[in-house]
Amino acid sequence: MVSTIRTPHPREKRIIFKNIDRPGWTNDIGCYLHDGGYEELKKAFTMKPGQIVNEVKLSGLRGRGGAGFPCGVKWGFIRPGGTKPVYLICNADESEPGTFKDRYIIHQDPHQLIEGMIISCYAVNAQLAYIYIRGEFPEGAKILERALAEAKEHGFLGKNILGSGFDLEIYVFRGAGAYICGEETGLIESMEGKRPYPRIKPPYFPAALGLYLCPTIVNNVETLCNVKHIVRIGGAEYAKMGKPNNTGTRLLCVSGDVQKPGYYEFEVGAITIGELINDICGGMKPGRTLKAVIPGGSSAKVMSAKDRYKLKTKQPDGTMAETEMGLEDIPIDFDSLAAAGSMAGSGGVIVMDDSRDMVWALNNINEFYAHESCGQCTPCREGSLWMKKITGRMLHGGGVEQDTDTLKSVADNIAGRTICAFGEACAWPTQSFVAKFRDEFMGTAHKKGNGNGSTNS
Amino acid sequence: MSAPTELLNVQIDGVWYQFKKGTRVIEACAQAGKFIPHYCYHPKLSSPGNCRMCLIEMGMPKTGPDRKPELGADGKPVISWIPRPQISCAQDITEGMGVRTDSSLVRECRHGVMEFLLINHPLDCPICDQAGECHLQEYSVEYGTAGSRFLEEKVKKPKRVELGPRVTLDDERCILCSRCIRFMKEIAHDDVLGFASRGSHTYLTAHPGKRLDSNYSLNTVDICPVGALTSTDFRFKMRVWFLKETKSICTSCATGCNTIVGSRENVIYRQTPRENDAVNSAWMCDYGRLNIHYVNSPDRLKFPQVREAQGLANVSWKTALAKAGEELKQFQRNSVAVVASAKMTNEELWLTKKLIDSLGTVYHDVVPRAGQADQLLMSADRNPNTLGAQLFGITSEYPGSKLREMTEKIASGEIRAVVALGEDLTQIGLAESDLKKLTALIVVGILPNETTRNASVLLPACAFSEKRGTMINIKGRLQRLNHATLAPGEARDDWEIIRDLLQQLTGSNGIYLIDDVFKEIAETIPEMTGLSFGRIGDHGVQLVEESEDAQPVAMTV
Repeated sequence: MVSTIRTPHPREKRIIFKNIDRPGWTNDIGCYLHDGGYEELKKAFTMKPGQIVNEVKLSGLRGRGGAGFPCGVKWGFIRPGGTKPVYLICNADESEPGTFKDRYIIHQDPHQLIEGMIISCYAVNAQLAYIYIRGEFPEGAKILERALAEAKEHGFLGKNILGSGFDLEIYVFRGAGAYICGEETGLIESMEGKRPYPRIKPPYFPAALGLYLCPTIVNNVETLCNVKHIVRIGGAEYAKMGKPNNTGTRLLCVSGDVQKPGYYEFEVGAITIGELINDICGGMKPGRTLKAVIPGGSSAKVMSAKDRYKLKTKQPDGTMAETEMGLEDIPIDFDSLAAAGSMAGSGGVIVMDDSRDMVWALNNINEFYAHESCGQCTPCREGSLWMKKITGRMLHGGGVEQDTDTLKSVADNIAGRTICAFGEACAWPTQSFVAKFRDEFMGTAHKKGNGNGSTNS
Repeated sequence: MSAPTELLNVQIDGVWYQFKKGTRVIEACAQAGKFIPHYCYHPKLSSPGNCRMCLIEMGMPKTGPDRKPELGADGKPVISWIPRPQISCAQDITEGMGVRTDSSLVRECRHGVMEFLLINHPLDCPICDQAGECHLQEYSVEYGTAGSRFLEEKVKKPKRVELGPRVTLDDERCILCSRCIRFMKEIAHDDVLGFASRGSHTYLTAHPGKRLDSNYSLNTVDICPVGALTSTDFRFKMRVWFLKETKSICTSCATGCNTIVGSRENVIYRQTPRENDAVNSAWMCDYGRLNIHYVNSPDRLKFPQVREAQGLANVSWKTALAKAGEELKQFQRNSVAVVASAKMTNEELWLTKKLIDSLGTVYHDVVPRAGQADQLLMSADRNPNTLGAQLFGITSEYPGSKLREMTEKIASGEIRAVVALGEDLTQIGLAESDLKKLTALIVVGILPNETTRNASVLLPACAFSEKRGTMINIKGRLQRLNHATLAPGEARDDWEIIRDLLQQLTGSNGIYLIDDVFKEIAETIPEMTGLSFGRIGDHGVQLVEESEDAQPVAMTV
């Protein structure tokens, strides 16, 4: 794989990405073992599974796939001593536009993921696990398959791993190229050989009725890697990183109109949006100013640089007070971004400067979601394409006065009414773009668009 | 004795009700008189929750710090409402659940889903067979708008797709509810349908290399809530609002599926299943459903005829019956045979037995029709009333077992007269030359065949939809046929013809109402004591306990 080697920024705290772009680092098991790999697995086997679950609960680790659900709580849904087998699935379907973190783990540090998975499987008593990798990552799939073979050769997989009495097999399962397979129940349907139609919840919560209707844990790549480090330093120590309820580190993928886009790892909440753009990513392109940020993958609500945001922050005297701040002052963590009306999501930070036509930008997103809607339930199936057609028409000429309100109303009729979270994923961009940049959308009525994505050329 | 069913308290639109545990929310609401519109939900199929039409507001009892439900001023649980609307089709009620079916959020949801379902729909109601019984039309009235905000081009999809020999699909009308897919998979166990492509471009199709050619394929047309799946047989034949609907039963096999006969001006246009969990669930087979067109045949026998020198000649009923009576009187006892049909009603068979007794012959039987049974509805016995024929002594435990002796004696000339009721004697091994040997051949029938052509007296009768009466299905269930259409020409109800033949022989006073025939039966047959046409009702009455080896009926998963 060709990649530009870049040394980490001094403000980064690299734990998960410790080995990414590390000089002399290779993704084979020899290099990993030489660096102390699989030591946490050995440590894990000295612990009881329940202890590991408790450490993960203690760590406050929240899922890194997008929803930010507490990992320990999810694991706690698996009742020990059940009669059905438990499955663990690593969600490596990384498909959210603007997100490109998991692929670097898979490509450069696959054994970190595998070690994290083995520990996690031991914790939830899963003896069969899968890595569901998106079809567009053929290279990653090969790397994982080789790494799994290496792990097996070294006795980290198979029967009676390291004499622990614990058996585990991990297989790579390749997707066929659909965003919806990243939705955990869609992923499970896909693995069962069906169309990846997300399941209705209730009753099909994966922890109860998952793969083959057995208890199943689905965790993101980054989440599973974190488990290894929680075992290493302990849940309490891990929880000291970041902020309460926003613990650990977070991989951020920065794309768009910054000088140095790329992937970074920080303690959660350690930096603000402005610091990320200006200090870490080299600032905006020459002569350009910040217009908007989508902070957590394309489905996160867009945030305008013009707006003021009211957030509850901790004061020097320890009390909480509401503080008004600009976009650039918002810390990048789960709770701050949620309080500011968006979300930390999958960690994909998309930066847009003042040259960006927001109608073009939304249409770009709408095209993606209209293409990726699985089509199972009515609001998302019909609404996603409708929104795309409206923004397409606005962009290419033919906009009418009522388009802006229609767009909002269509999005409102999708969000919260669908089988899965895709409904929100496709509705939130429209809801937020139209709310934050209403004038631009209103301006397309009766105006010929140039369709190239720039208002200035 | 089964344990008493637990009752749960549920609040619907502010009023508390009690429902049996295990009731779906949507069904509980219906029982409370709150209809919830829906497309994908079907009580006999799994619930995918995909149409989103049945969204409601749902709440659970609020629990206090002691984890017990908080009670309000009325002593009832305080409900904590879930902010997101929930589907009502896939969840069972729970104790203390709250449901709002008519809040502004619920109305907004329905309005939104209706709009979404129609933006890409062709709105070709004027030429759509579903018009008049279409759920899109129906719910549009309540939850739709007069105008459309949709300014874009609609999605184009395949039209006039022949999914199989009997079902034609219009993909543009399809709302992707998946009822048909689930029916084929879960009920017909022939998983041939599925969706292809994705998003708004998703379309229904048969899997590669497969066809929708199951004998149950037309049930998909029944359960299609829109005009996507149409019956190739019924398509464009008649606007459904002109159809008169008559409750009846299918007479194509011994299962006796409950049906609705759709007719207009004495023409049957379609037959569809009518729900009866004791018989056919909500389904019927294509074979039975489509076995109706003979009723409308231009060849139907319309006038009573007697054989004259030049052949059969139209005569009055009085003349024909007198001739039949004269002929039968000449051949008493075992020189006459009665070939009856297990397709006859109980009332007809009852009178036939009297005719047989009056003739004093031991030669009587019905013609068996055997086919392959399937695991769903179709019985190996293709006669609808073999049990009736057995009950009234027209045939024995082994229907048709006497036919061989009868045909031999007809061929040898020992039997010189035959009364053929609804059966063609060439189908039981007799040649036309054998029929010509008979001195008298009294035939009651509805369509021409070798037997009617060789009749000495031909008496035109009624098809299943032209008469009332009862039959007993393979599981011992007594069910009613109802009068949907009029017989052509001067054709008469079979029971009246047999009554008149009986009168010719015995001179006894006639019965004037079929209800009185049934009354006579009910007074004589212990299993039917106390029954009347009215008491049989639309869903029939079980006469005997269902036996273990009886034909399995529709299995719902």
